Amino acid sequence: MSYLYFPGCSLRSTGRAYEESILAVFRKLQIPLTELEDWNCCGATAYVSIDENRAFTLAARNLAIAERMQGNGGGDLMAPCSACYLVLEKTQHYMETDEGVKREVTTALHRGGLDYRGTTKVRHPLDILVNDIGIEKIARAVVHPMKGMNVACYYGCQVVRPFQTFDHAAYPTTMDRLVTALGGRSVDWPMKARCCGGSLTGTIQEAGLRLNRALLKEATARGANIILTCCPLCQHNLECYQKRINRRFGESLHMPIAYFTQFLGLALGIPPRELGIQRLFVPLPETDGKRKEVPAHA
Amino acid sequence: MKLPAPPAVRTETTNSPPPMKTVTRRIKFESELDLSFGEHVAERAYGQKLLSCIQCGTCSATCPLSHYMDYTPRKIIAMTREGFKEEVLNSLTIWLCASCYSCTVQCPRQIHITDVMYALKREAIARGFYPAKHPIPVLARAFFNRVMHDGRNTESRLLITLYLRTNPFKMLKEAFLGFHLFRSGRLSLGREHIKGIKELRAMINGPEPRKEAVPL
Repeated sequence: MSYLYFPGCSLRSTGRAYEESILAVFRKLQIPLTELEDWNCCGATAYVSIDENRAFTLAARNLAIAERMQGNGGGDLMAPCSACYLVLEKTQHYMETDEGVKREVTTALHRGGLDYRGTTKVRHPLDILVNDIGIEKIARAVVHPMKGMNVACYYGCQVVRPFQTFDHAAYPTTMDRLVTALGGRSVDWPMKARCCGGSLTGTIQEAGLRLNRALLKEATARGANIILTCCPLCQHNLECYQKRINRRFGESLHMPIAYFTQFLGLALGIPPRELGIQRLFVPLPETDGKRKEVPAHA
Repeated sequence: MKLPAPPAVRTETTNSPPPMKTVTRRIKFESELDLSFGEHVAERAYGQKLLSCIQCGTCSATCPLSHYMDYTPRKIIAMTREGFKEEVLNSLTIWLCASCYSCTVQCPRQIHITDVMYALKREAIARGFYPAKHPIPVLARAFFNRVMHDGRNTESRLLITLYLRTNPFKMLKEAFLGFHLFRSGRLSLGREHIKGIKELRAMINGPEPRKEAVPL
C-alpha cells in the first residue's frame, strides 16, 4: 500500500503543521508517500469565479501527472486540503459526466504534452487512515491514550460534499470513530460539517467571524476542550480569529484547534515537535484533562 | 466590507412625523426583464436543472450564510429564472456564497446551486457588476494571476495584493496576526513555483498567443 501525495499550496504556508504531522504519522505507520511531481495549484474556490474550463484544466494537470505516476507504480492520490480534495474530485466527476468539459480539458492537456484517461482516484487522508489502514491497526499502535480529551470533530464543508463516498454529507462520523479508538471522547455536536466561511474572513470579515463564532460557541457549550480539523483553512479561521471574535462580540472563547493528524501522532507517541504542535497558538489540553492557562495570541 | 444594517426601528421618543411617502413603482414590468437570463445561466451551470426548481427553500434553510444575504438562495434562483438580471448580479448573495455545497447535496431537484452561484459570479465579474474595490472579485483575479505566473499560489503574496488593491489600512490591522503566523513558521514570503510553467500556460491560454506576449 502506497500513495501519491498532493500537498497543495496551503500546506506549504499556513497549514505547515498539517503537512509535518501527516508525513510523521505515515512514516510511523510505515506507509510510503510519494509527492506528486511538479504539482500545481488546484484552483480552489477563487479560480472558478474567473473561468470554469480553465479551472478544470488546472486541476486535471495534477490528475494526469498522477495517472502517469500510477502507471509507474504509485497509488491513489491523497489530497489533505479540503479545497484541493473537492476540486480534484469535482474535475474528475465533470470529466466523466460532461462530454463538453472532457473534450475541452483533454485538448488543453494535449497542448501541454499530457493525457488523462480518467483512472486517478482522489482520496482524503481521513478516508485512507480509517478505511484503508483501519482503526484496529491504528488502535494497536497507540502508546499514549488521549484520556481527558473531549474532542469536537470538525470536518468542515468541502471534504464531505458532494462527490465523496466515504461518509455522510451532513453528519459524518469517520473522525469521531478514529478519536474514540485513540482513547479520546468525541463530543456529539450538530455543527461538524457546517461551513467556517473559507476565505470570507479575509474578504467579508463580518460574515466570516460570525460563522466561526457560532462554531466555537457550540463546541464550548457541548463540553469540548479541543476541536480537531482536517482542513488547513478551517484550522486557520477557527484558531487565528478567536481573539478578534472575543473583542467584537464580547465572548470569552479559548479553544485549542489542532489537525486530526497531530492528535493521532501524539497518541502514536511521536514527539510534539515533529508534529508541529509548537506552531499552534492556543496550547493543547493536558491528557489528564487540565488546561494550561497560557494566553492566546492573535 | 460591512453587512447591510437592519432597518431602523422607530421609537416612541421620536416625535417628528414620518416623511411623506413618494409614489414609486415597486414592481418591474416584463419588458424590463432579461427573459433569456435564466436559460443563459442554466447553460453555464450544467444542464437545464436550474429551470426545474420547485422553490421549496431547502437551499435557504441549509445555507449557513443565508441570514446575511440580501436575497436567499431560493430567491436568487427564482429571480434568475424570471430574468431579474441586474438585481441578481448586483446582490450580495453571490459574493457571500462560500461554496460549502450544503445546498447542492440537499437539493431535492439535484440542482448544482453552488455551480449556479459560480456561474453568476463569473457573469458579474465579466460584466463588471460589482462595487469598486469589492474584495472578492479582486481576490479571484489576484489568485488567477498568481497561478498563471507561478503555477502555485503563495498565500502571503496573495493577501498582500488583496489588501493593497482594496483597503491598505486593513493590512495594518492584519499585521499583528501576520507577525504571529510568521513567528510560528506558518507564513513564508518565498515564492512557490512549478517547473512546467510553460506547459501549464500553454494549456490554460489556448493555442493563440496571449495579448501580453504580442510585441508592441
